[in-house]
Amino acid sequence: MTILHVRGLIKRYGTVEVLHGIDLDVERGERIAILGASGSGKSTLLRCLNFMEMPTAGEIVLDDKAVGRRERDLIAVRQRVGMVFQQFNLFPHMTALGNVMEGLRTVRRWSAAEARARAEKELARVGLADKAQTYPAHLSGGQKQRVAIARALAMDPELLLFDEPTSALDPELVGEVLNVIRSLADEGRTMLLVTHELGFAYHVATRVIFLADGRIHEQGTPDEVLKHPRMERTRAFLASHRQFSF
Amino acid sequence: MYQWDFAPVFAHWPLLAQGLVNTLKVTALSLSCGLVLGLMLALLRLSPRRWLSWPAGFVIEVFRTTPPLVQLFWFFFALPLIVGVEMTPLLAAVVTFSIQSAAFFAEVFRAGIVSIERGQWEGALAIGMSHRQALRRIVLPQAVTRMIPAFLERAIELMKTTTLVATIAYADLLFAANDIAQKTFRPLETFTVVALIYFVVIFGFSLLARRLERRLAVGGEATVH
Ligand SMILES: Nc1ncnc2c1ncn2[C@@H]1O[C@H](COP(=O)(O)OP(=O)(O)OP(=O)(O)O)[C@@H](O)[C@H]1O
Ligand SMILES: [Mg+2]
Repeated sequence: MTILHVRGLIKRYGTVEVLHGIDLDVERGERIAILGASGSGKSTLLRCLNFMEMPTAGEIVLDDKAVGRRERDLIAVRQRVGMVFQQFNLFPHMTALGNVMEGLRTVRRWSAAEARARAEKELARVGLADKAQTYPAHLSGGQKQRVAIARALAMDPELLLFDEPTSALDPELVGEVLNVIRSLADEGRTMLLVTHELGFAYHVATRVIFLADGRIHEQGTPDEVLKHPRMERTRAFLASHRQFSF
Repeated sequence: MYQWDFAPVFAHWPLLAQGLVNTLKVTALSLSCGLVLGLMLALLRLSPRRWLSWPAGFVIEVFRTTPPLVQLFWFFFALPLIVGVEMTPLLAAVVTFSIQSAAFFAEVFRAGIVSIERGQWEGALAIGMSHRQALRRIVLPQAVTRMIPAFLERAIELMKTTTLVATIAYADLLFAANDIAQKTFRPLETFTVVALIYFVVIFGFSLLARRLERRLAVGGEATVH
């Protein structure tokens, strides 16, 4: 079953076109890793899917309906398509628990008790039950990102978007975040993940997309794209990345 | 050698007390109206729609670039000619200083709001908040924390500026002083006492303000990333 269709997605900044007509179908349960050199348009593609950026042309289709541009439509999409940012974007004036409760309280209008119970559950899932009352300023990078994941999960998204979730982390903190993402994969969640962790992509993704110059240059199973790439640019990209082990 | 004699001044203490109360009244009313109005002006100013942002910008500029006394006279003497309703000195003072503070606060609010990183908006929008919810729940609470020093400074400035209301015969502290000086023929003592009252009130307030600022700076939670 297809959750999301992308049709002819074009994004321009002024006169510069950074996405040249992307077509993409996301099936339920798929885990798609998006790879590509810096500036190839990975973030832009991901951010167009939940309208953090407004597509210049093309359609995002959910439930057989192209998503409109009114605020009401965008809000509906964003509740179904969660996003985890490279820089976490936690709310510094709220505790970890407050961050996770916020969407349930303000957007879903749940009661405080219901929202708290749900938020505690999500924090426990990412292994941070004991940090509920801690403010983001007193959390490590890995903990912050796990709170951000819990915040997105609390909204019950059908699709999760991760934009380089471990790139801002010290190397020793990457593992704890990847483990959480892997556990979400094991639950069968649908996700799109921009990452430079090729080994992780190989083991966790069901499909790998290689983006170059705002186009899907090559895609296939992790084995096809990462081990037996057909295109010259994909090979060059993989070669330029430091040795990774499968 | 001048013979200091404060007794006649203190004999009129009820006048002084009433004057101080009136000064504080104008200040407090203007500050609270100014805050609400200032936030509205700031939001209009930030609107992408020009027919909203330009008029707001115009009001802000006019009130920031004309002398407060001219504004006060305009609302007290000129406005009634247009609307055909008498202005009481208190009303004219509160209207003038509210809008004037609003023009000032609007810029503080605007600066505070734009100082909040884009990522905060995105974090809020990404969980399905509307623009308005993101502003109210995420952006404004953080912006206001950063604006507190500017607010406190403005409150002090405003209390000094309110002395202008004496010119339209509103019985503030300065007006009371003038009254007492004429009744007692003791201007030296009277104005000395009044200056001291202003000093004590404003200095006390600024001490409080500084303590509050330090508390916020040390607390850190709300401001540090
Ligand atoms: N707001 C913007 N205004 C103008 N150009 C932009 C903007 N955002 C991105 N771009 C340009 O669009 C192109 C794609 O950027 P994007 O951030 O999607 O790349 P990326 O693949 O995510 O790169 P990285 O690996 O560095 O994160 C780049 O050339 C970038 O300079
Ligand atoms: Mg990027």
